[in-house]
Amino acid sequence: MGLAWGMTRISVSVDGIAYVDEVEPRMLLVHYLRDRLGKTGTVVGCDTSNCGSCTVHLDGRSVKSCAVLAVQADGHEVITIEGIAKDGELHPMQRAFHESHALQCGYCTPGMIMQSIDLLAANPDPTEADVREGLEGNLCRCTGYHNIVKAVLTAAADAKAAR
Amino acid sequence: MIPAAFDYLAPTSIEEALAALSSDADEVKVLAGGQSLIPVLRLRLAAPTLVVDLGRLPDLAGVRDDGGAILIGAMTTHDELTREPLVSEHATLLAKVAQTVADPQVRHRGTFGGALVHADPAGDFPAAALALDAEMTIVGPSGPRTVPAAEFFTDLFTTAVSEDEILTAVRVPKHTGWGSHYEKFHRSAQMWSIVGVAATVRLDGGTVVEVKVGLTNMASTAIRAAAVEQQLVGQPAAPEVIASAAERAADGTSPPTDVNGDADYRQHLAKVLTRRALITACGC
Repeated sequence: MGLAWGMTRISVSVDGIAYVDEVEPRMLLVHYLRDRLGKTGTVVGCDTSNCGSCTVHLDGRSVKSCAVLAVQADGHEVITIEGIAKDGELHPMQRAFHESHALQCGYCTPGMIMQSIDLLAANPDPTEADVREGLEGNLCRCTGYHNIVKAVLTAAADAKAAR
Repeated sequence: MIPAAFDYLAPTSIEEALAALSSDADEVKVLAGGQSLIPVLRLRLAAPTLVVDLGRLPDLAGVRDDGGAILIGAMTTHDELTREPLVSEHATLLAKVAQTVADPQVRHRGTFGGALVHADPAGDFPAAALALDAEMTIVGPSGPRTVPAAEFFTDLFTTAVSEDEILTAVRVPKHTGWGSHYEKFHRSAQMWSIVGVAATVRLDGGTVVEVKVGLTNMASTAIRAAAVEQQLVGQPAAPEVIASAAERAADGTSPPTDVNGDADYRQHLAKVLTRRALITACGC
């Protein structure tokens, strides 16, 4: 504890790499990721915590990184859209989005993919309705939901076939 | 937008947290899950000089059996309420309400205690806390005290928790075997309830033995639909009986008029949603 106006030291793991940084307490996690670490794959889509474009995983669960302070991530693990591909191979959810052409302008895609991964982790065999409800926190301004839902169902079916 | 600058403390004990709240900072805000506070800070609707983060306090999260009640830690998340077997068994209404709050990301971070102390009249949990006759444990400089839900919500965004106090736990009497439903009318996942109705009933052989109904966004705080409860108790759980009782749902209410609807529209909605909530809760 300390009452020095200004900076707080945080230790946080992002996409498997440990960082120690001094941040202002008011800094949002999304700004820390983008402006400090250069992880611009996580985007800011709105100013009201509605759109879900900035979704990342904090200790394995999806959160909106515009509604988390960087200081709250101290001692915790963050995974962003930039940390899910392994050894040059797309994550199965990224591949499913690619193959189903689950994007139009692509701005909501990082958040959609991160939330979809969380969705399948909680419910590996979802119905279409489950997918639509599980993505209720992510908005696509192009209204391209049809192929997004198709991609998530495809990823679920692929994972089931592989089990 | 970026919040205005503030000092930040993350105490690791209740004593430290209480000391922080009694500091001479101009304006102190308590941070629980942050799903209401951080958007408010970002929009600069609030500009505290000190934020006290309860996220490092031990023992404030989780649900445990407390004999005739379940004890829910204030930092228990909405998501945990939807998955906790003690809640599903003894307070199904709470699990059902939690499932409707915002979206999965918000439910992963938002806390039960934070939502109660925020006391948004359009927030979903206060009506459920009233309907379940919950009791709030509040800790301050002079020790803990207990406040029943009926005395907890005092006005818009205002509760019995003083500036130097913290809500630590909520005691919910067991409603084992009760039917329940939360009927919520809103425009999209992230929007607040235009009106919500939290209903829980105990039936015996098709007769309503006990019934409790909480209303969201029908006054400056959540309120109970007392007239509906009085008319329905002792009656058969049948759709036409419920429909008649639900006509009393707007009695004594003073809902707001805003961009989502006029007061009289909300009074109409309250009757319709009360009927639906009770029919589902009764399974008839």
